[in-house]
Amino acid sequence: MPYQLLKFALSKKHPEPAFFRQPAELKPSYDAVIIGGGGHGLAAAYYLAKEHGLTNVAVLERGYLGGGNTGRNTTIIRSNYLTPEGVAFYDASVKLWENLSQELDLNLFYSTRGHFTLAHTESAMRTMRWRAEVNKQMGVESEVVGPDVIQAAVPELDMSCSGHAPILGALYHKPGSVARHDAVAWGFGRAASEMGVEIFQNTEVTGLDIRNGRIAGVHTSRGTIKTGKVLSAVAGYTPRITKMAGFDTPIVIHPLQACVTEPMKPWLNTILVSGSLHVYVSQSSRGELVMGASLDPYEVHATRSTLDFVEGLSSHILDMFPFLAGIKVVRQWAGMADMTPDFAPVMGKTPVEGLYLDAGWGTWGFKATPISGKTMAHTLATDKPHELIHGFRLDRFRDFELTGEKGAASVGH
Amino acid sequence: MTLRLPPQPGEWIDRATPVNFTFEGQAYTGYAGDSVTSALWGAGERVLGRSFKYHRPRGLMSLANHDINVMLEDGTAINMRGDVLPLARGMELRAVNTLGGLKGDKYAVLEWMAPLLPAGFYYKAFHKPKALFPFWENVIRRMAGLGVMNPQAPRGEAIKQHRHCDVLVIGAGPAGLSAALTAAKKGVRVILADENARIGGTLGYDHAGQPTALETLARLQSEVASHPNIELLPAHYAAGWYTDHLVPLVGPSGMIKVRAGKVVVAMGAFEQPAVFRNNDLPGVMLGSASQRLIHRYAVKPFQRAVVLAGNDQAQRVVMDLHQAGVEVVAYVDLRPDADCTVIRQLGIPIYLGNCVQEALGKHAVEGVRISRWDGQGHPDPDTSMTIACDGVAVSVGWAPAAALLYQSGCKMRFDDAAQQFVPERLAPGMFAAGRVNGIYGLEAALEDGERAAREALGLATGVARAAETGSSHPWPIVPHTANKNFLDFDEDLQLKDFETAAQESFDNIELMKRFTTVGMGPSQGKHSNMNAIRVLARLRGEPIPKVGSTTARPFFHPVPLGHLAGRTFHPERRTPMHDWHAAHGATFATVGVWQRPAYYGTDKAKAVEAEVKAVRHAVGMIDVSTLGKFEVHGPQAGELLERFYTGHFVNQRVGTTRYALLLDEAGVMLDDGIVARLSNDCYYVTASTSNAATVYREMTRRLQTWGLEATIVNLTGSYGGLNLAGPHSQSLLKLLTDLDLAALANGGVAEGMVAGVQARVINVRFVAELAYEIHAPAQDIARIWLALEEAGRSVGLKPFGTDTQRLLRLEMGHFIIGQDTDGLTNPLEAGLQWVLANDKPFYLGQRSLKLLAEKPVSKRLVGFMLEAPPATLPDECCLVLRAGKIVGRLTSIAQSPTLGQVIGLAYVASEDAAPGSRITIRHQNGRDVVATVVPTPFIGVAP
Ligand SMILES: Cc1cc2nc3c(=O)[nH]c(=O)nc-3n(C[C@H](O)[C@H](O)[C@H](O)COP(=O)(O)OP(=O)(O)OC[C@H]3O[C@@H](n4cnc5c(N)ncnc54)[C@H](O)[C@@H]3O)c2cc1C
Repeated sequence: MPYQLLKFALSKKHPEPAFFRQPAELKPSYDAVIIGGGGHGLAAAYYLAKEHGLTNVAVLERGYLGGGNTGRNTTIIRSNYLTPEGVAFYDASVKLWENLSQELDLNLFYSTRGHFTLAHTESAMRTMRWRAEVNKQMGVESEVVGPDVIQAAVPELDMSCSGHAPILGALYHKPGSVARHDAVAWGFGRAASEMGVEIFQNTEVTGLDIRNGRIAGVHTSRGTIKTGKVLSAVAGYTPRITKMAGFDTPIVIHPLQACVTEPMKPWLNTILVSGSLHVYVSQSSRGELVMGASLDPYEVHATRSTLDFVEGLSSHILDMFPFLAGIKVVRQWAGMADMTPDFAPVMGKTPVEGLYLDAGWGTWGFKATPISGKTMAHTLATDKPHELIHGFRLDRFRDFELTGEKGAASVGH
Repeated sequence: MTLRLPPQPGEWIDRATPVNFTFEGQAYTGYAGDSVTSALWGAGERVLGRSFKYHRPRGLMSLANHDINVMLEDGTAINMRGDVLPLARGMELRAVNTLGGLKGDKYAVLEWMAPLLPAGFYYKAFHKPKALFPFWENVIRRMAGLGVMNPQAPRGEAIKQHRHCDVLVIGAGPAGLSAALTAAKKGVRVILADENARIGGTLGYDHAGQPTALETLARLQSEVASHPNIELLPAHYAAGWYTDHLVPLVGPSGMIKVRAGKVVVAMGAFEQPAVFRNNDLPGVMLGSASQRLIHRYAVKPFQRAVVLAGNDQAQRVVMDLHQAGVEVVAYVDLRPDADCTVIRQLGIPIYLGNCVQEALGKHAVEGVRISRWDGQGHPDPDTSMTIACDGVAVSVGWAPAAALLYQSGCKMRFDDAAQQFVPERLAPGMFAAGRVNGIYGLEAALEDGERAAREALGLATGVARAAETGSSHPWPIVPHTANKNFLDFDEDLQLKDFETAAQESFDNIELMKRFTTVGMGPSQGKHSNMNAIRVLARLRGEPIPKVGSTTARPFFHPVPLGHLAGRTFHPERRTPMHDWHAAHGATFATVGVWQRPAYYGTDKAKAVEAEVKAVRHAVGMIDVSTLGKFEVHGPQAGELLERFYTGHFVNQRVGTTRYALLLDEAGVMLDDGIVARLSNDCYYVTASTSNAATVYREMTRRLQTWGLEATIVNLTGSYGGLNLAGPHSQSLLKLLTDLDLAALANGGVAEGMVAGVQARVINVRFVAELAYEIHAPAQDIARIWLALEEAGRSVGLKPFGTDTQRLLRLEMGHFIIGQDTDGLTNPLEAGLQWVLANDKPFYLGQRSLKLLAEKPVSKRLVGFMLEAPPATLPDECCLVLRAGKIVGRLTSIAQSPTLGQVIGLAYVASEDAAPGSRITIRHQNGRDVVATVVPTPFIGVAP
């Protein structure tokens, strides 16, 4: 029995301190302000304090911590991307994830399950080969496997997908993992708060104070604060912030939906993605099947759910697992995904001096939470983009140097 | 022991049909019309399930279709709720999530560990040492989860139906019935749905000792049943609300998707539990649950009951219990003052201003401890006393069933007087009636239903009547030093878990939900959210409106995947020649939605080789009916194509074809095809099979935005096509047509009769130096195919499939967009400068290409040959490396039967693009393979 549990048992009063301090008032000025209390904003705050000694920092969150896409995502963590830039970046993230529970002293339920991207067509097999070869070249564990390996890992899987889309093989990525999303936000938030970072919930940034092309402060629903450095880490709200800043990005917002079933005893031990059937599924530690699909095909700035999403998804899940017909879906929801044309993020400096952007996380940004925090903290503290994010700079769209990740990120997030 | 009462008026059970079943291996008998829960309770069983976390014994709690205390499995289906599962003969049921059976559930030891397992405990433990986490995770996963899934369970086939109506009324209680009838009488089409097998709602069970409501019910029921404008759907629950009033109604055999003009939500309210120690002990149940037992199932809920009251409905419960012969040993009211005249007359001991501190008993209620209290959560221990009883009926408050209102964007407001959330601003087209509005009295509910319907029809803009006071107690919550006072039964959350959460900074309703998991269980907070909000408000020292509520996401009740999926349809397209291919031994490949022959025969290598040989040395024929085929008409048809594709089309001569390359705005290659000019204002355009739909959509979209005078006709399905290729193709075709084929050389097009069929003949060179594509209406194309097949026999004609086609085009050095290009490839990299008409003012992607043209091209698509091919060829997409760095990949590779060489296409560094350069390919087995860049086409000009 872990010691921590005994500690609870032995004390009469609950011994746990508050996770984060919640100061009543904003200070008039901070060394840096982070807009967005999602995983990315909080991770950036943590690394700013820890690695750059910058603690006079405020994190401003319009709702509650982790209430954006962080708390809505299906938590797939992997590094089997397609471009060398992407693979290197996400691999660095996976390495941070592996020790993050210990580092933050909070159990993030980081659970390495292995990740299969199923291929049902020859052309999908080619993409799997491509990803596998790039991954291997970059030192990331990925391989193309045949139906026998898949069937052995998931004996319940109908390899013919009810006769409609026989599985020819898969890209197998051993480090593929899932984690508890909320805990990630709380863990970074707690650790940052312990080092002096101030976190404000229900505090919305309503405008930016820009003078001579430099950031001077932010206007919030609770008053104005001065600062020379601002990080925008607001995912689906990015167009609203860049509008305040007066520049454009190619980011567009599409809804991304997901759903969970009622809990059942564990049987699915890996993460499965099927590009052709447009679904992915894993089983949470609570026993629910967590399922999602590709992006809604149109731009909508809202988090409404649609019925056709669950209908289509259910039909495809049943192609793979016909015996789940009686299993019930409990809940469905949506997030606003900040999509880029090349399915890679937008990170780094902006046309406004002192304003840094961490955005374009679309359907894939949860896995990047630690590394984006770390690299953005570096970028903000030194005013120099971290080397790992060169491929993600905003200028790449102007320069036609896109980092094409669509082949690795359109269904499997 | 059986607790069946004598026949009750309006009861749902059919006493003439006894039903045998087993539960946990033991045999029971109930009646048709019973739910499993009512049958078991009626048989005297008390422990019907175990709780999720601590495995505490549980009985029935709400019996309101979301009672998660009783969750069952039968080896096939899991997590069936006992209160909604109709009893059926031969059922063999057991409780989910026990170790060694319900009675002796070995997991019950977990209760002893409860102090170790506060809310969120798992976040703070098990991760150190890191190496042990997988072990603990396994333990936790095994403990969590409810039923055991059966991989042999049948897929089944649920039916999906669609309906339209003017007014959808959800909930057939008094308010809903009245709304439906009001609307129907005005002549509109109404659908009335209710989750219960029988309509009537509270009319059917809330009688206060007098079955007079049944008369009202009978009247309404017959009116509804006989009204031609009403479609009645009992046993169907509204699972959610979606944009434009799409409401799926889920029933036993399928899902009905209703698109309604207006929606009236008359879904009632969920009775809420009181929070006191052991409030989950079997025998503690909601007042309405005890009434349902009596009136629906004729089951006596207990013998000696204590009624815990906090509202005006409690006395109605007392009277129903009394009428059913239950001895009510105490009426305990949380309120200091309540008019108890009626029950006093029954001689029931009354304790005003008292609370139940705890229920006593091990596996079922044996008594309660009550004491005076201040109505605010502070019992006075000096006044406590014990009362023996075998049940507690709790009637302290309600929460509106407002999920669909929330989903539609309704703003709810907390009504302090009524102590209930009520709609403040309804979304357009949405209306609410009855208990969701805080209206509980029968007459008032009927009236409110009528008002809602009239408003829905635009006949009134009335103001909803004010919510009634006295239905919900503001603080039905009693602390206890020894805890086990549950707020959330699904998740085994006790009062102190909320205090802990708030102390740890999770003092925001959403954060609290996520940290404690309140409301995340199978009943989605129907019994817990309201009390959680009350507790949080108090912890924060703020009024409830400041705390707010969590969002109510779909679904209202969980919906089976099978119902959502319905029957699965996988559309498949077949070409006009499909049957011929099948009859001639084709092995089919799925290309998008199309079925196409990959090759003819079963041995792929042999078949492909023979087919290649035929094309190279005699003649071959492939079905290309799947190509995208469009006619573009109109005075500005050429202009449209001129802007859409990269080349020149306005000046194209009639009777010629041109290569057409489509780019996106960023200059990325999307598709290619040919444009044939048939007349001055008619062009015939082809697109690749897999992009046909996209090209049509984009062309249509551009036509709209550019506002040109042209029309696009999509002939993809109505035209078929074939490609006749090889040295004998011209002579063979000549036998069947009078068209001047020689004049078609170099990409000509002509229309005329081929084998007696009006057709279009195009000279193309995709797979061979000499080849003709013949397009004709889908109903005729097979005649040409058959005629060619017959005429071609003597010259060795062979049909060939897509696998052969890929090889043939590779020998010709042609790329395939999508295989030899990716989502970023531009024409400069693919060596297509020659098709970019940069003297035009505009084409899609031109702006980007101009910018790209100023930068060096870092990689190029080239042909290569392997110097010493390994036994297993490198797979397509193996990397091309240069000094250990990734510079490109090979996109196509094959053993060419014509050349006896391994040939392919690859992206290489620009420095290596010249013929003769040597490149390194990293084989999937990790070894390097050397190749030489060669010019394309690989094969020489026609023999
Ligand atoms: C359904 C779904 C499934 C997904 N699945 C995966 C997956 O499996 N794997 C994966 O890696 N990624 C996944 N993602 C993507 C991932 O969730 C996001 O990319 C990631 O969580 C982004 O984190 P963030 O901290 O940048 O943004 P968020 O968590 O959205 O945080 C941004 C915060 O900014 C706040 N904010 C916005 N505007 C303002 C303002 N003006 N002032 C103050 N605060 C503001 C918001 O309230 C929000 O809390 C998924 C996303 C969705 C929607």
